[in-house]
Amino acid sequence: MRDLTDIALNLAKLKGASYADIRIVRGKQESLEVKNGSPEQIKYSESLGFGVRVIVDGAWGFASSSRLEKDEIERVTQLAVRIARASATAKIADVVLSTLEPVQASYKTPFLKDPFEVPLAQKLDLLLGAEALLRREREVKVARGSMIAWREEKTFASTEGSFIQQQILHCGAGIMATAVRDGDVQVRSYPNSFRGNFASSGYEFIESLGLAENAERVASEAVQLLGADHCPSKITTVIIDGSQLALQVHESCGHPIELDRVFGTEASYAGTSFLTTDKLGKFRYGSPIVNIVADATTEGGLGTFGFDDEGVPAQRVQIVKDGIFCGYLTSRETAARLGIRSGGAMRADGWNRIPLIRMTNVSLEPGDWKLEDMIADTDEGIYLETNKSWSIDEKRLNFQFGTEVAWEIKRGKLGRMLKNPTYTSITPRFWGSCDAIANRDYWKMWGTPNCGKGEPVQIMHTGHGASPARFRNIQVGVTK
Amino acid sequence: MINTEKTLSLLKKTLALSAADQTEVLFWANDSHLTRFANNCIHQNVSEKNRSLSIRVVLGKKIGSASTNLLDPESIENTVAKALQIARNQKDNPHFKSLPPAGGKYASVDTFDAETASFTPDQRAQIARKVIEIAKRNHLIASGALSTGTIQVAVANSLGIQVCQSFTRGALKIVFQTSDGASGYAESFSARMREIESEQMAHQAAEKCAKGAHPADLPPGQYTVVLEPYAVGDMVGFLAYLGFGALAMQEGRSFMCGRLGQRITGENITIWDDGTSACGMPLPFDFEGVPKQPVTLIENGTARGVVYDSYTAGREEGKSSTGHALPAPNTFGPVPLNLFMKSGDSNLQEMIESTERGIYVTRFHYTNPLEPIKAVITGMTRDGTFLIEDGQIKNGVRNLRFTQSILEAFSRVSMISRDTKLVPGLEEELGGTVVPALKIEKFNFTGATAAV
Repeated sequence: MRDLTDIALNLAKLKGASYADIRIVRGKQESLEVKNGSPEQIKYSESLGFGVRVIVDGAWGFASSSRLEKDEIERVTQLAVRIARASATAKIADVVLSTLEPVQASYKTPFLKDPFEVPLAQKLDLLLGAEALLRREREVKVARGSMIAWREEKTFASTEGSFIQQQILHCGAGIMATAVRDGDVQVRSYPNSFRGNFASSGYEFIESLGLAENAERVASEAVQLLGADHCPSKITTVIIDGSQLALQVHESCGHPIELDRVFGTEASYAGTSFLTTDKLGKFRYGSPIVNIVADATTEGGLGTFGFDDEGVPAQRVQIVKDGIFCGYLTSRETAARLGIRSGGAMRADGWNRIPLIRMTNVSLEPGDWKLEDMIADTDEGIYLETNKSWSIDEKRLNFQFGTEVAWEIKRGKLGRMLKNPTYTSITPRFWGSCDAIANRDYWKMWGTPNCGKGEPVQIMHTGHGASPARFRNIQVGVTK
Repeated sequence: MINTEKTLSLLKKTLALSAADQTEVLFWANDSHLTRFANNCIHQNVSEKNRSLSIRVVLGKKIGSASTNLLDPESIENTVAKALQIARNQKDNPHFKSLPPAGGKYASVDTFDAETASFTPDQRAQIARKVIEIAKRNHLIASGALSTGTIQVAVANSLGIQVCQSFTRGALKIVFQTSDGASGYAESFSARMREIESEQMAHQAAEKCAKGAHPADLPPGQYTVVLEPYAVGDMVGFLAYLGFGALAMQEGRSFMCGRLGQRITGENITIWDDGTSACGMPLPFDFEGVPKQPVTLIENGTARGVVYDSYTAGREEGKSSTGHALPAPNTFGPVPLNLFMKSGDSNLQEMIESTERGIYVTRFHYTNPLEPIKAVITGMTRDGTFLIEDGQIKNGVRNLRFTQSILEAFSRVSMISRDTKLVPGLEEELGGTVVPALKIEKFNFTGATAAV
């Protein structure tokens, strides 16, 4: 592989690059979907390609190709240089990278069973077995099961002398019941909506999910929702389950701490951020019990790796400490502007995309409550579970989430089921109202395999640990 | 771009490798270039060249698919073998009838422009510099993206379908910002880069910033709204995503279910799909190689029909594909990628002048469905939201959250513009949506952003 990476790096230097790196990425994906007793879709895809990133005349250029051959590497490298020279005609200042010691290293996701080696029939049996249990409820009209596995083998080499090889394996699965009655459609999913839960792990993670064990409950709840009352519109106490809170962390903390957004370089697409650099170290993001970390070393997270796509080692970065905002997700370029070293959050969606600042595993640290005690301690409120919809403004302040299901809490007990629940707030107000977080026994890592950012758009896999937590004075049941 | 003969030859060779009862090969090639700017400088500038093959095989009623971008003979052979292996592990799909037959008539559409295909990094940088210069002159901060590229799509199947088409696309998106939180927007795309009026777009974005300076807070509630085509396109796109496809109907999750022939919006709303119209971004065939047919979806407020691919058509008596398949396999079903909304007899200025108190919306942000069966969506306004009072734009307002059924909103449309605009559709790289501006009564805003 070094013979190929050297072609790009040597040529880039020869053509005037002050810095260059090349990533060669081979990926494969297998996706299984079953619906109402049949495999609906079995999809297998593989791809190979490389991307060359250069700094020439103080500006960035990037070019990529799916044809990994010597003459094409030369063409692409020269194109990257030409593109960088064009960028330099509209620059304000030269790109400066924070320092990094070059490394020769490798990393591999630890796993026991390779999902690509498990026989297809065995995987289908697991999904079809669980999906069949969903259909025991007559009013479940669409029963689905999903399973996806991704493998990426990537080589990174830079003109600074780094040479890193990594093998990353992600997989996961889930089930979903759609119940229909008199024009109403209600959905329940397990272990999470949008195809389940995912981890950097092997097939043993899928086997541990307990899809079949939870299928009948999920189907029953989908049908119960058809007859449930609508979530009332009021300001009340909410307790949010770990899976929904993981997405809440993703949207209202993970995105606004991306330092490229803060510096305005995502303004034309995803937006900017309210967490401007003047707030670092002093802004009250949440109540004193709120602690959030970005940790690319957490076992099993979708944001777990050995090195980011700039060759920076995986790290744990404190983001919110005792409620105070104190850290960002950074790249070498953005870190240099703050006079710090990169926190290692540059990740690219394949060989044909540049690395961008992306979430690693951005997680809410556990508190000290038992969930049962938290509910018992709540006089009036609602308990919300499993994401159904999400929306947040471009600075990441005003958000509105919908969940699949909620239950009323009255005098410390869960009561009637509520359908179409929603809640809305402003990010620092919301986290400032957090007065209870469940302990480590309830804390779990959730995988988000569909985070979009950048132009051309990139889809990234991110991880978020969370346990259920309680928030006071929140608007629920947004009227329409 | 690869010449058509070479592409079709690759497809024929691939078909010959398959021992399946039926086989389909989809080829996708793209040469894509994008120059991104922010903070008044170019900060990202990228290029990609990729070619891939997707192979679908049918054994009786068992279907398998596999794809690769490794196009050497051995890799292609392995991919065909993988698709066959998957098919053998499948169960019979009783609803599957056949891959589509050959024999359809394809519209002749002009989708390729050599000048756009050969646009250089220097040409892109030159346009970016002009846009940035206009921002600087107006003391604004420019960001945006300028992309050019070529896509070639080809489909061949063992029943004789054999089609290939090359497309070019140039696109420019501009966001200008002021230091006090106001912003302005302009977006345009075309098969011909020379049709993108970059300087005029920059002036439009700058004008929005000037009107929106010092944005004020406005309480949520029901307001009359004047929506630019960007916002209307978002709503029409969500109707397509949630309910204009046959699979959504067959699964009972479309707002059209049980309502064909019934009034679902105001009489002044007509929406159709037409992949053959030169007014949009035409696509002569879908990803199964079936010719695109125009389909009326809503006519004078009445639900008329949905779009089909070969699979969903096979599930209903007397139906045939309308040419709206996505690449196989997919669980989403067919979707319309070339939507049109009928224009009216008004214009934006008349809409503003006839409004006593209302909100002018440039575009929506992060819109998502809340109750799909009722077509209820929520999202934020962005890049140019203004208060209208006494028939005039009074001032900018901080972005607002809306929670609104699209069907209910389209039942309260009081004015429709004569002019229409091509805005992005459901597929990022192909197709597009052509819509007018709308004035809508009692639009539901449920929240507002805040300053911190």
